Amino acid sequence: MIVRIATEGQYRLAEEQLPRLRELDAEVVSAAESANAELFERRFAELLEFVRTGDLLEDAYLGPSDAILPPPDASLAEATSEFSADGLIPS
Amino acid sequence: MPGLEGRFNTLVKAKVSAVLDRAEDPGETLDYSYEKQLELLQQAKGGIVEVVTSKKRLQLQEGTLREQAAKLDGQARQALAAGNEDLSRQALTRKQAIEDELGSLDQQVADLEHQQQQLTDNENKLQAKVEAFRTQKEVIKAQYSAADAQVQISQAATGVGEQMADVGLAVQRAMDKTENMKARADAVGELEQAGTLDDPTELGGAGDDLDRQLAQVTSTGDVDAELDKMKAELAGGGAPQQLPTGDEEAGA
Repeated sequence: MIVRIATEGQYRLAEEQLPRLRELDAEVVSAAESANAELFERRFAELLEFVRTGDLLEDAYLGPSDAILPPPDASLAEATSEFSADGLIPS
Repeated sequence: MPGLEGRFNTLVKAKVSAVLDRAEDPGETLDYSYEKQLELLQQAKGGIVEVVTSKKRLQLQEGTLREQAAKLDGQARQALAAGNEDLSRQALTRKQAIEDELGSLDQQVADLEHQQQQLTDNENKLQAKVEAFRTQKEVIKAQYSAADAQVQISQAATGVGEQMADVGLAVQRAMDKTENMKARADAVGELEQAGTLDDPTELGGAGDDLDRQLAQVTSTGDVDAELDKMKAELAGGGAPQQLPTGDEEAGA
């Protein structure tokens, strides 16, 4: 799966990383739903950190991403306007 | 695909499909797509230049605020030496407001510099993708076997479109930030001008709106401490360099 962190870059995550990715995504969603900005920031940072363990794709890579995460400095309000309650990562 | 059906993603797809729907012939689509990409790449570069310009303007404004703070400090000293403590306090209060704002501006300029670096990285990525697209389109044209070509075109164009949107988003965020900072710096600059202390005799000292605003945004503790320090300097002539630690001078 290819995940883009907006304003940062595209990462390729291996099949076996996906379950953990979905777990982290679900945590971000529940933090967002609780409207707790501090918790959201922490969970979102964890999700980004995990995505960054994937392979950063070369600049000239031409394919689209399967998921696009909000920019790393996105606030809770900005991020919630960007994704649905299903989470950031499509199933 | 549920989940990431956000504004951002939808926007990318809408733009790309508009380009792809333009022509029936894949070869033509590819060429048109590439031209469009070059155009947008130029726009992105323009956006980055704009961010850099705004940042420079903001830094100039910071310089002006620093001068204003220095001027107010001088006026506070003069007023105190002339025995007008109220006026001195007013000047120091304004100076404090400007200094508070400067501290926050410094941090924001640093953030902006970081964003600017990311923008440049992003633009390089976009450039690389557009270049890759140019090569890829010739490959696709050469093989040109119906359905396959269409899928490849769509993939490549979406990939470039995504990067375009990403650079656009980064430019937008940086611009929002500079606009916001500029507005705040302007507002604080006006505080000093509105309460112009060039002619101290004209200031009655009866708290106007401006003073009330200032009182809200500044901590009077800092102003008191600074006033005490100035008094000590004036009294001693020899100017002690550190702030008095507490209220021991309050009765002075």
